[in-house]
Amino acid sequence: MALTGLDIFKLLPKKNCKECGQATCLAFAMALAGAKTSLDKCPYVSEAAKETLGGAAAPPIKLIKVGKGEKEREIGDEVVIFRHDKTFYHPTCLAIRVSDKLSGAELDAKVEKLNGLVFERVGQKVSIDLIAVQNDSGNADTFANTVKTVAAKGNYALVLISENTDAMAKALEAVGDTNPLVYAATEANYEKMAELAKKYNCPLAVRGNGLEATAALVEKVAAIYKELVIDVGTRNLSQALAEITQTRRLSIKKKFRPFGYPVIAFTTADNPRDEVVQASVYIAKFASIVVLNADEKSQIIPLTAQRINLFTDPQKPSQVEPKVHEIGAVTKDSPVYCTTNFSLTYYTVEGEISASKIPSYIIACPTDGTSVLTAWASGKFTGEKIAEFLKTCGIEDKVDHRNIVIPGYVAVIKGTLEEKSGWKVMVGPGEASGLPAFAKSHFA
Amino acid sequence: MAVQVLKDRNPGKLTTVTLGATKEQGGTRTKTITVGGDACLPFLHFEGEIPNRPVIAMEVFDRAPVEWNDELKNALGDVINDPAAWAKKCVEEWGADMIFLRLQSADPELGNSSPEKCVQTVKSVLAAVGVPVAVVGCKIDEIDNKVISAVAEACAGENLLLGFATQDNYNTIVAACMVHKHTVIAQSPLDINICKQLNILITEMGIPADRIIIDPSIGGLGYGIEYSYSIGERGRLGALQGDKMLSMPTIGTVGFEAWKAKEANVSAEEFPGWGDQAERGILWEAITASTLIQSGMSIAVMRHPEAVKLVKKNIEELMVPSSL
Repeated sequence: MALTGLDIFKLLPKKNCKECGQATCLAFAMALAGAKTSLDKCPYVSEAAKETLGGAAAPPIKLIKVGKGEKEREIGDEVVIFRHDKTFYHPTCLAIRVSDKLSGAELDAKVEKLNGLVFERVGQKVSIDLIAVQNDSGNADTFANTVKTVAAKGNYALVLISENTDAMAKALEAVGDTNPLVYAATEANYEKMAELAKKYNCPLAVRGNGLEATAALVEKVAAIYKELVIDVGTRNLSQALAEITQTRRLSIKKKFRPFGYPVIAFTTADNPRDEVVQASVYIAKFASIVVLNADEKSQIIPLTAQRINLFTDPQKPSQVEPKVHEIGAVTKDSPVYCTTNFSLTYYTVEGEISASKIPSYIIACPTDGTSVLTAWASGKFTGEKIAEFLKTCGIEDKVDHRNIVIPGYVAVIKGTLEEKSGWKVMVGPGEASGLPAFAKSHFA
Repeated sequence: MAVQVLKDRNPGKLTTVTLGATKEQGGTRTKTITVGGDACLPFLHFEGEIPNRPVIAMEVFDRAPVEWNDELKNALGDVINDPAAWAKKCVEEWGADMIFLRLQSADPELGNSSPEKCVQTVKSVLAAVGVPVAVVGCKIDEIDNKVISAVAEACAGENLLLGFATQDNYNTIVAACMVHKHTVIAQSPLDINICKQLNILITEMGIPADRIIIDPSIGGLGYGIEYSYSIGERGRLGALQGDKMLSMPTIGTVGFEAWKAKEANVSAEEFPGWGDQAERGILWEAITASTLIQSGMSIAVMRHPEAVKLVKKNIEELMVPSSL
């Protein structure tokens, strides 16, 4: 059962030393209760208190790491059920399945293809995260050879899929030092699998069959080893949604330990499109890893976009890079618009400008992701600020003219902006929806 | 440790709204569609009843949407030149649950069609299909007030879904819906407070809550869908807590948003790093829909037949009862 801040406070040393980063022991206790910090930040806590608090202060869902170095991914450690309650922290990992029946050039080509599943989005590099090598061959040596090749040539950490402990032992011998996810411990093999994972200190997936059986198995495995990932074993999408939702609820609301680990899910559709749609459900609803076969850029890019969106911190307005954006085949005479760098504002403007079919520049001014009126009211979108950015953003070298369109809602800054920048200011429409008509009458 | 399943007890549920009217009910539809009534979060069957599945309305323009990308236009074929034929194909070939007709040509820039001409178009679509029909204008308030009023009157009793009533412009359309027995789309700009406020304003005019569908406005995949997702979840939670003014089922113009995205439109030659354009566009629309359906959307307005197929299948899979 979760302890309150005061319960925790009673067990702390009450030195108010501030070494944990909090002002007082009480503040630290409150932070612990809210799972916002961890007990190891306190250098003076007694062993007895650790024992008592360990369980209560641990995050409701354990943080698990898969892979090493550049390839490492962190999963789990979520604290809410709804993103609007705080945020989702660790984006769902996309794992693409590779059969160990592939070998030689075929295998190389597949790995090469997966290495190409990297995209640039909103200034960040996004990609798939894991390669799930499946022991379809049934042969331990083949499995070990394949995972070795994939580990060497692939740009991603591995999931090793085999229930055969001999195959897993050989695979781990080959790639155990890369911290792969071992999949999976089952009722039949869990003792050996857990020992193997423990030996190589790799995360271990535990596959049950429904909630009850999964919880029971996790408890047995956790007695041996605790770096775990859960598979409820259910593949029917609707039932899986229900069960995975329960693991999230029970871990966060009740701190139910057997479900206090990240979840892995598998798509089942027989074609990539349906698989991608199934994966979108698991990304939205609490899976930390989704394993699928779909491996085309066109199929993966929508999932990376969905994942970035849903794992965006709702308390931080999403922003576009403050810079000059070029829409269409711009020239030195193309019109110049300015707006703020709040992504919703910017994309609305961008959509309308591109609908106008007139190549244009849009200057997304640095307003910390606030909308036009908010930015203006807080002094981030004033004549002075925009004039400053006009000089540094590079637009003066890109166009020969000096005319800029400002949003209609901030018509009042026209005078200052003209005075400070030397540009001629045109006041655009109040709503972005008026832009195509505006563009047509002024620039067509 | 035994698993003690957590089931939330929800005092409220979504309002149940029926669209379209059969001959007996004063219209000409051969079938009606009922949405809402959900007593739980999306697809959590173990927790409450989901009497009606989410539905797909396919979007039809009253003018050829020449600006759409070729992949999408080719998938639809020649019917894009004829709204009635387009609507018919949506229902008969692609399995649309209903039609969402945009009277874009009322816009002076896009055809300047008179209200009479718009009424004719609506009538032709109604004659071509038996499913319920939603009709919206060209998004210019003065024009839409005339056009939608004319449509409402000429199709009295059909229980069309008419839009859009907004905070700044709701009187005329709500009155037209009340008088001529239609259902209204109440549209708010990605803001749950305005959404609720608008529902209060229009129900105060006397229209019953089961004659309202909420359009909370949506962002497309990659372009603000997270805002819509959270507004959807908050709205559903509000409804389940018993807030009647957030309980109406929601509609989202998925196709409109998804096909605005660069990712749905640029060619593989231009962006080789993004892969095949046709596949990408279809999935962009499908994932926009599947994501929003996970946040509680009841009516997805879509464009591409292949995307529709994917989402229908997704809904079917999710409507399989679960038990815990």
